[in-house]
Amino acid sequence: MNTKTFPHGIHPPEYKEETAEKKLQHLSPPDKVFIPLSQHFGRPADPLVKKGDPVDLGQKIGKAPALFSAAVHSSVSGKVLKVGSTHHPSGKPLLAITIKNDGEDRLSSEVKEVEDPFSLSPDRIRERVKEAGIVGLGGAAFPTAVKLAPPKDKPIDTILINGCECEPVLTSDYRMMMEYSDDILQGAELIRKATGAEKIIVGIEDNKKKALSLFQEKTKGHPSTSVALLKTKYPQGAEKNLIYALLRREVPRGGLPFDVGVVVQNVGTTKVVYDGVKHGVPLYQRSLTVAGSGIGDPQNLMVRLGTPFQKVIDFCGGLKEDGPIVVMGGPMMGISQWTLDVPVIKGTSGILAWKLDSPPEETACIRCGRCISHCPMRLAPTQIKKYVEFEHLSEAEEWGVLDCVECGCCQYICPSKIPLVHWMRLGKAKVSNLKRKKKSE
Amino acid sequence: MSQNNFVIQSSPHLKDKDSVSKIMYAVIISLMPAVIASFYFFRWKALGLYIVCIGTSVITEALFLWLRKKPLRTLKDGSAVITGLLLAMVLPPSLSLELAVIGAVVAVAIGKQVFGGLGYNVFNPALVGRAFLQTAFPVAMTTWIPPFTLKVNTATFATPLGNLKFLETLTPDSLTPLKELFWGNIGGCLGETSAAALLLGAAYLLFRKIIDWRIPLGIIVSLSLFTGLFWVINPDQFTSPVFHLLAGGLIIGAFFMATDMVTSPITPLGVWIYAVGIGLMIPLVRLFGGFPEGVMYSILFMNTFVPLLNRYTRPRILGERRKT
Repeated sequence: MNTKTFPHGIHPPEYKEETAEKKLQHLSPPDKVFIPLSQHFGRPADPLVKKGDPVDLGQKIGKAPALFSAAVHSSVSGKVLKVGSTHHPSGKPLLAITIKNDGEDRLSSEVKEVEDPFSLSPDRIRERVKEAGIVGLGGAAFPTAVKLAPPKDKPIDTILINGCECEPVLTSDYRMMMEYSDDILQGAELIRKATGAEKIIVGIEDNKKKALSLFQEKTKGHPSTSVALLKTKYPQGAEKNLIYALLRREVPRGGLPFDVGVVVQNVGTTKVVYDGVKHGVPLYQRSLTVAGSGIGDPQNLMVRLGTPFQKVIDFCGGLKEDGPIVVMGGPMMGISQWTLDVPVIKGTSGILAWKLDSPPEETACIRCGRCISHCPMRLAPTQIKKYVEFEHLSEAEEWGVLDCVECGCCQYICPSKIPLVHWMRLGKAKVSNLKRKKKSE
Repeated sequence: MSQNNFVIQSSPHLKDKDSVSKIMYAVIISLMPAVIASFYFFRWKALGLYIVCIGTSVITEALFLWLRKKPLRTLKDGSAVITGLLLAMVLPPSLSLELAVIGAVVAVAIGKQVFGGLGYNVFNPALVGRAFLQTAFPVAMTTWIPPFTLKVNTATFATPLGNLKFLETLTPDSLTPLKELFWGNIGGCLGETSAAALLLGAAYLLFRKIIDWRIPLGIIVSLSLFTGLFWVINPDQFTSPVFHLLAGGLIIGAFFMATDMVTSPITPLGVWIYAVGIGLMIPLVRLFGGFPEGVMYSILFMNTFVPLLNRYTRPRILGERRKT
């Protein structure tokens, strides 16, 4: 089997061995859950319940007001304590629904199974995905129903199931592949049906050989599904890089995978698509990795959404020492947290903690060009940084500041320790503001 | 609410272990074979030049950092040591130490610090120092001594390229043998004579991916094609590309001077244009110019184009349509 990959990118240390062989454990739901109405890309959901209302497990408590949004559901049964602002992993307090858990896990009557999900029409599949509040679980939390609705003029031929898990430390996708391979393959088939694609390719990196052989075995002789081996490299799981690695197609600048006839879904998302379409079970829990040298007993967990980080970390032996960095997501793209009173949300692929070395001193750029030779979007970060710094915003745009996916390769590799991703974000904000201003004039 | 003192920072939270000073020290290590060779060929002359050039560079750098109210710990990055070391390696072994001091002061002060220090200079600092000496003290800069290993008893001596320049017609024994050029048993600048020692260090830098392989390759290929063309047409008047590759400062220039990160382009296309530009200009000077050697001026000349090359050779972004 030949190994595929994309140009550029980096090889950070993987740190996966600590949790890779630890099975997903169900963390029992806490006394109280905090369910934010914004856990996804797009508009926040509108609350459907108010203080004092009784709710059941899986009951819809927030509805999507727009196409780019997602419904949210209760992850416990109990009573609504509060609809108000709470801490959120994004860093700013946001509207959330606090629910007191009665411990009964009474399943909502809204949850309805179908006999044969494969007999459903594409529209029905999409509707059930939308009703289940499913979003991409790789981290970006893009509403899945939107991804399953390609425009008429853009036919889809291939579904890529993303089993890269290229972020260091994280192993929960690997666990999903090892423990739910059948559900993932069924979910992939449903996605194929919904989009009218011909084939499915499951992409797995060569640091997950066991998952690779498992999927090869399961798909042997399958008419439409195949497995592809990828050379381990970061950020292979980034949509545009994965598409290039497996199909040698380039998604146009500012475009979507639709434009090249592809839909990409993460393995975890594919599993919950199956749950949602077949069993009618909404997205009320997710798998995540709790790891890092600052965590007492690293684990892979299945956690109810809305569970505070504190509860999750307590279950995993607590924090080892004072003053670590706590990150939601992977070490390359994750968001550092200032408190553990934030809830697990749909985009929480991991909770990591470790003791950070004192930050290296930033020195002048020596123009080594490593940021350019490692950028997976083939940008020139150091040049863009200079344009942003000196407010040459039209040049920054021309040089592709808006194409940056913030993967962090440039900053990782920079010998001068320049916070390049930070400059990219600043540049994006400045360029977008300028464009908006021009539009309104 | 729990009271925490977590570290807050923007992603990514991992960093590669490489740093500017590690890169600089790797360059210093890579120059060691050539430094050892220069001790072998030029003995105590080498010692004096190295001590004076490196010492003066570091002191000048420190003085400027102090004047500019910059932290002195920047000195530790090793770049001033490299400037001094490289300067010494491209000076005639017989050069008086006073002139070496002047060269090193100019290299660091005019070549680097007036632009804002490491990372901001336009020209290769060591070559700025050398160019200044060449212009101000042309005789001292073109007086050569034979290596101690060559048992000849002359006060002055010609370099292989100098010899070539003033030969009317070429005969097989009028040229310096290629074997001597390769090992460095010839006249020339302190650290440039032994191609073998320089290539050993260059291999290390290429292996560590510290220098961009496109620069030496672009220079070598374009220079070989250019000199090869004339050689094929008229071998009585022109010498082979192999001679041109091994003679003079080509190897040290292509692998250690032109590859200076700060003064070479950052875009792939820019790098190719820069390298080919140097590779074509060197033989132009050597074959038709007034000087026997053209490596220094070719690199400095192409250095001037670097900002322009960067500006107009933006890499194609993933998914960008090629202009038709």
